[in-house]
Amino acid sequence: MEDYFILLVTTVLINNVLLSKFLGLCPFMGVSNKLDTALSMGLATTFVLTLAACSSWLLEHYLLIPLHLDFLRILSFILVIAATVQFTEMVIHKTAPLLYQVLGIYLPLITTNCAVLGVALLTVQEHLNFVQSLVYGFGSSMGFTLVMVIFAGIRERLALAEVPATFAGAPIAFITAGLLSMAFMGFNGLSFK
Amino acid sequence: MTTDYKNIIKEGLWGNNTVLSQQLALCPTLAVTTTATNGLGMGLATTLVLVATGWIISMVRGVVTQEVRIPVFILLIATTVTVADMIINAFLHDLYKVLGLFIPLIVTNCVILGRAEAYASRQKVLPSMLDGLMMGLGFTAVLVVLGMIREIIGSGTLFANASLLLGQTFAFLELTVIPNYKGYLIMILPPGGFLVFGFLMAAKRLIDQELERRNSLVIPLKVIDVPA
Repeated sequence: MEDYFILLVTTVLINNVLLSKFLGLCPFMGVSNKLDTALSMGLATTFVLTLAACSSWLLEHYLLIPLHLDFLRILSFILVIAATVQFTEMVIHKTAPLLYQVLGIYLPLITTNCAVLGVALLTVQEHLNFVQSLVYGFGSSMGFTLVMVIFAGIRERLALAEVPATFAGAPIAFITAGLLSMAFMGFNGLSFK
Repeated sequence: MTTDYKNIIKEGLWGNNTVLSQQLALCPTLAVTTTATNGLGMGLATTLVLVATGWIISMVRGVVTQEVRIPVFILLIATTVTVADMIINAFLHDLYKVLGLFIPLIVTNCVILGRAEAYASRQKVLPSMLDGLMMGLGFTAVLVVLGMIREIIGSGTLFANASLLLGQTFAFLELTVIPNYKGYLIMILPPGGFLVFGFLMAAKRLIDQELERRNSLVIPLKVIDVPA
């Protein structure tokens, strides 16, 4: 049990997908202008990522490895992810039409969020078991959501700040992300011994 | 109908640069550019995939209907990337070990699907391939510049391990810019990527402003020349 907790904390804070692994930067920069959109994007990604990590684990261990088809890994994982996104879209459309409208174009774009494919491939690379993959996927996406929300909060303030014209908009956002990343490096000192 | 090749080249390399202007493909850009060599390798791998997908998608554009085009494109891209992944693993194994996860992740590189959707699915084969090549080279250029800045400030070398990754012919690229340099670790670590990239974007904006100012100076001069 303790192991899973450590894995969770590691994926959320220490090996954060966005700030230390550089996965999923496109939505991070694209959708972080407003706090509520960032939060709902983060939650939708959490759902997809956790589901995709589990289903790609099943796919890898019950289909690809027994049939020696591991060269089809990239191809089959992206299919699973596309299907998961489609499924999420249908669920959200039925259960929360308002959220569906807010997310709009960003929902199908989760397919090309490299964090989803990246985490699915990482669970294979690190030889995790099923529950570990589940925790890994969930932790990574919680880390994604956490940083998205923090960053959206900062950007809302940043929009009102006086920034030199050359740096206004995207450049200053990147520099802010750099500072945030530096702050997150502090978690490297966390020790579980 | 003539295709404006000059415009494709200009837009791909500078005006519509994938990373600096469109802010796409940020993940590999920031993740692998700890040295200029890695940036170069990643850029060339992406260029290869871009040209290949430009070619394939432009060829099937008449067959694939509007409704199913996105899944078909993604599958074609994933197949191309799988092939590229195997080629790099077989012939450039050291590069493969460094780039690791980011080679399969070319699939989800928004640039590839973006160019397929916006350009290759509407144009003839040759312009699509050229567009892929130029977009890829523009991407490579940014990766190399970013890698160079981070490498020089971070560890004082330039193109370190180039001969190891790309073969002995590239050994001449290896330089030690600042001898006996202690290194500035933050540039190699993730925050450095964000910081340098922010400054690079600001620099592109400055250059664009300067170009625009020059162009606006040229036009009145022409008007004055005409009357006489």
